[in-house]
Amino acid sequence: MALDEIKIGGLGASRRRVEDNRFIRGKGNYIDDIVLPGMLHMEILRSPLAHARIRSIDASAAWAIPGVRMVLTGEMLAARNLAWMPTLSYDTQAVLATDKVRFQGQEVACVVADDPYIAKDGCEAIVVDYEPLPPIVNPTQAKAPDAPLIRDDKTGQDSNVVFDWEVGDREGTDRAFAEADVVSTIEMHYPRSHPSPIEACGSIADFNRATSKLTVYMTTQAPHIIRAAVALVAELPEHMIRIVSPDLGGGFGNKVPVYPGYVVSILASILLERPVKWIEDKSGNLISTGFGRDIYLKGEMALRNDGRILGVRMHTDSDHGAFFSDAQPSKFKVGLMHSAFSCYDIGAAHLTAQGVYTNKAPGGVAYRCSFRVTEAMFFQERMVQAAASDLGMDQAEFRRINLVRDDDFPHRTPWGFLTDSGQYGKCLDLGLEAIGYEDFLRQKEEARRRGRLLGIGISTMTEPLGAGNSREYDILGIKMFDSAELKVHMTGKALLRTGAKTQGQGHETTWAQIVAHELGIPAEDVLVEEGDTDTAPFGMGTYASRSTPVAGAAVAMVSRKIRAKARRIAAHLLEVSEEDIEWELGRFSVRGAPDRGVTIQECAIAAYSNMPDGMEPGLENNAYYDPPNLTWPFACYIATVEVDPETGVWDVLRVVAVDDCGVRINPMIVEGQIMGGLTEAYAMANMQFITFDEDGNCIGSNYMDYLLPTAWETPGFELHEVVTPCPHHPIGAKGIGECATVGGPAAFVNAVIDAIGDAGVRNIDMPLLPDRVHEAITAGHDVSGAPPVKTEP
Amino acid sequence: MYPSRFRYEAPATVAEAIALLADANGEAKILAGGQSLIPMMKLRFAAPAMLIDINGIAGLDYHHPDADGTYRIGALCRHADLEKSAALAASQPTMAAAAPVVADPLVRTRGTLVGSLCHADPQGDWASVMVSLGGSIVAQGPNGRRSIAVNDLIDGPFQTVLAADEIAVEAVVPAAIGTRAGGYLKLERRVGDFATVGVAVSAEMSGATVSRAGIGLTGVGPATINAAEAAGSLVGTSLDGDALDTAAQLAAEAAQPRSDHRGSADYKRHVVATFVRRIGEQIQRSGQEAA
Ligand SMILES: Cc1cc2nc3c(=O)[nH]c(=O)nc-3n(C[C@H](O)[C@H](O)[C@H](O)COP(=O)(O)OP(=O)(O)OC[C@H]3O[C@@H](n4cnc5c(N)ncnc54)[C@H](O)[C@@H]3O)c2cc1C
Repeated sequence: MALDEIKIGGLGASRRRVEDNRFIRGKGNYIDDIVLPGMLHMEILRSPLAHARIRSIDASAAWAIPGVRMVLTGEMLAARNLAWMPTLSYDTQAVLATDKVRFQGQEVACVVADDPYIAKDGCEAIVVDYEPLPPIVNPTQAKAPDAPLIRDDKTGQDSNVVFDWEVGDREGTDRAFAEADVVSTIEMHYPRSHPSPIEACGSIADFNRATSKLTVYMTTQAPHIIRAAVALVAELPEHMIRIVSPDLGGGFGNKVPVYPGYVVSILASILLERPVKWIEDKSGNLISTGFGRDIYLKGEMALRNDGRILGVRMHTDSDHGAFFSDAQPSKFKVGLMHSAFSCYDIGAAHLTAQGVYTNKAPGGVAYRCSFRVTEAMFFQERMVQAAASDLGMDQAEFRRINLVRDDDFPHRTPWGFLTDSGQYGKCLDLGLEAIGYEDFLRQKEEARRRGRLLGIGISTMTEPLGAGNSREYDILGIKMFDSAELKVHMTGKALLRTGAKTQGQGHETTWAQIVAHELGIPAEDVLVEEGDTDTAPFGMGTYASRSTPVAGAAVAMVSRKIRAKARRIAAHLLEVSEEDIEWELGRFSVRGAPDRGVTIQECAIAAYSNMPDGMEPGLENNAYYDPPNLTWPFACYIATVEVDPETGVWDVLRVVAVDDCGVRINPMIVEGQIMGGLTEAYAMANMQFITFDEDGNCIGSNYMDYLLPTAWETPGFELHEVVTPCPHHPIGAKGIGECATVGGPAAFVNAVIDAIGDAGVRNIDMPLLPDRVHEAITAGHDVSGAPPVKTEP
Repeated sequence: MYPSRFRYEAPATVAEAIALLADANGEAKILAGGQSLIPMMKLRFAAPAMLIDINGIAGLDYHHPDADGTYRIGALCRHADLEKSAALAASQPTMAAAAPVVADPLVRTRGTLVGSLCHADPQGDWASVMVSLGGSIVAQGPNGRRSIAVNDLIDGPFQTVLAADEIAVEAVVPAAIGTRAGGYLKLERRVGDFATVGVAVSAEMSGATVSRAGIGLTGVGPATINAAEAAGSLVGTSLDGDALDTAAQLAAEAAQPRSDHRGSADYKRHVVATFVRRIGEQIQRSGQEAA
């Protein structure tokens, strides 16, 4: 009798998250819960100015405070060749400023003290003499002929341009535009956002002089990459470095980069030979760590009167802040921007991109986003809406005409991606039916006659998730594969470790479900561990929706290796040849004699007590998985809104989401990911951004101005699914962690633009604050949200 | 949170608290709900040498109408007490409209109305509500009590005329002549957000005619704004369209908003006008329904 897969918590079981048991009891083990004997506390002094030369730093008053153990400055670091560190994008970043400060909130000095209060007192006692320089807060300012040079530390850098990059077919695209009946253009800014995990960053560095071992507890989504980085930056032997990423209170991409606080806490521990703890506060996190977006688009579409897209041109200007420290595959300078339009059959395409330095916090690009696909898909869906209205065509119909058809897979996009599966039309139709599309259009017309503004916005997209394959995806040369190691104990219980690192995604629950599916070992019998580089197999960590596509695939593959060995043990126990063994979930039996069988647990015992002659004992293995392609989930999000024409305030009426992420391992967790993503999408469309004033002051460096939506205003979400298994993933799964964050914002923005359609407005930059919407309605022109914000009287 | 070092005292009586204040030479702060003071201390914008926690003082958590209709709110009455109060809902429409939109539910369970007035945040909702109602506070110091109109209490952004050794023990809303009507509208970006624009309109009605009116504006100036001229223009009218347009216009002119990341000055003025009109229409409608 085969096991009931749902009962043992296999694929498709909406099993409760096992990690929640400790979280909801307050028994999680976060960085700030960790206390080591003799531990000191570190605090960072940050720059109040966006751009200034440092004339002098006087720390004598801080040193004089009882309980202050050390004050670290850039000068001290420079003496050890540590004032600058390499970034994940082949640039350098100041650890502590030496010459200049280049953004508000930049790390200037660190104080290590007996307790955090004293450390903070110490920071207040440091006197820094700054000579203010003009700040730059957007690409136009950065490229102005008389712009001050931000990176005067870099030899050969004579402008504020970081890179120029292009991809696609320039001539082919020019030809498509020459043949077009209509050319549709739009410009917009995707504002700077912040991942803002509830837990900010932190580390505890513990260098033990006697053993020469450095242990660092650290809030990181990618512990193995950090280990390599520490080995290179601190010039310590890699085998003597242990990185432990404990429970993480969210990451969303914020915890991928290496931050100065980590580096200085390590140095302080080495110098003081005591554990040094650094816990960032929320303002420090928002003002200085990896942000998302901040990119400008000029988009053009070549269209035929019958609605076909002939070609797409995109130009982006990205604002990288003071240091180019994007965490993204090295060869793609604006991430996967060129994955835009992958769900449409668009003929030719060409992308040019320029990146600039500004006086703003550096890098990231992340915020629940696979290397800029969030911007790519937002731009795509905003361009699609503008194109449809330029053609006078229905939004849904325009998409239907251009979406890649089911029988066109595999489909090579003009920018070179290979999409492999999907039922795009079916998802769109399901979404339209669920929202009651025709009905709503009628209601909208009726409402309009009574002076009320209703609107509907659609966003359809496929996005590349799950880097890599290793041919194309690497970070600083390290290939983006991932790994799993499975140890089945004698009693049939198991320990699974992967190179990924959960931060809320529920790996402890879902990985066990994959093992249950492959081996028939109940999920509750599988303990999942991640995040300790001394025990976990090497992996690239968790971001870019890559865990299930890559590490999850490795879990399936290692389970299959275990099953293959167990099969040989079963043949031995059942005294038949391996070819005569059949597998059903959790059990091997003899072909033709199904009653004669052994369970996986019996095989496990035998692996330690009764293995066949010549077989290596034990039932353990590992797998390194290099996926043949990215995975391509598809989504259709539809939102309806009502806009108050007098105030510009808009309310969401309904949100329908149709997601096709292939096979769903734990449907409850998948739905949670979608709802969370839609909440973030709504936030970005409605209220959330980090901006800067003329002086380079960061607006949005606390939770009174960086707005996270609450349950109160977050709309309800109606979820639907279509399942098209991924053809190359071992269990047919695709990434889902980011789809709704990526595809969601355009649905809301398109809905508002649709509602105020009569105003003749193509674009309002996010967030669609009431004053922007009101200006669009009354003035009838596009509304830009690019910094600096005006703070005139 | 890691504030600067401070001394903490928790007196059991108002007299003890005043004595502590007097001793501290202006270096002490009263701690009521802590919802404004604690965040400022966390950021080290405020670093008082002494905190005088009044939460242990008995008998300050009341709010009730007197027999003559005067409404009294004790120094430890929380926003949430007001939000849930049937007595308030029955007699103080402007306050009842404001209570649920002050901050978020967590802050409302701790924060106090009196503390909000003493904090004098230009974005504080209660001050404009009280200004519209002609409300006052009762301040107690070593030499006894005095009454200060909220309009006079607020001296500038985060500044009051309270002496260093005075405590505000209660807020007082005078009794109405006729029927109280009013409303509070707030443009916020999210629940728990301070007002981009807040408008309090209070009116005392004799039948369909306004006999007294007050308009307070939140978040559109360096301090709470008393739009007295706008309010005065409503007296004697029945809140008809023209009267509301005039008042809306005057209120918008009284506002002194700045352009910032929440919106342009012009937009904020426009919202002030819109809200004055909307509250006026609301009062007028409910008056008609009652008739
Ligand atoms: C997240 C958040 C959101 C908020 N949103 C809003 C909002 O939307 N609208 C709004 O109006 N407010 C808002 N607030 C502020 C909140 O309403 C505060 O509760 C209120 O402003 C102050 O009241 P308190 O009792 O907490 O005062 P405290 O913080 O204890 O004190 C504030 C100041 O007043 C002084 N003080 C307090 N009581 C007395 C007294 N009896 N006599 C003399 N001095 C006194 C204190 O010394 C201190 O200087 C928000 C607060 C937070 C944390």
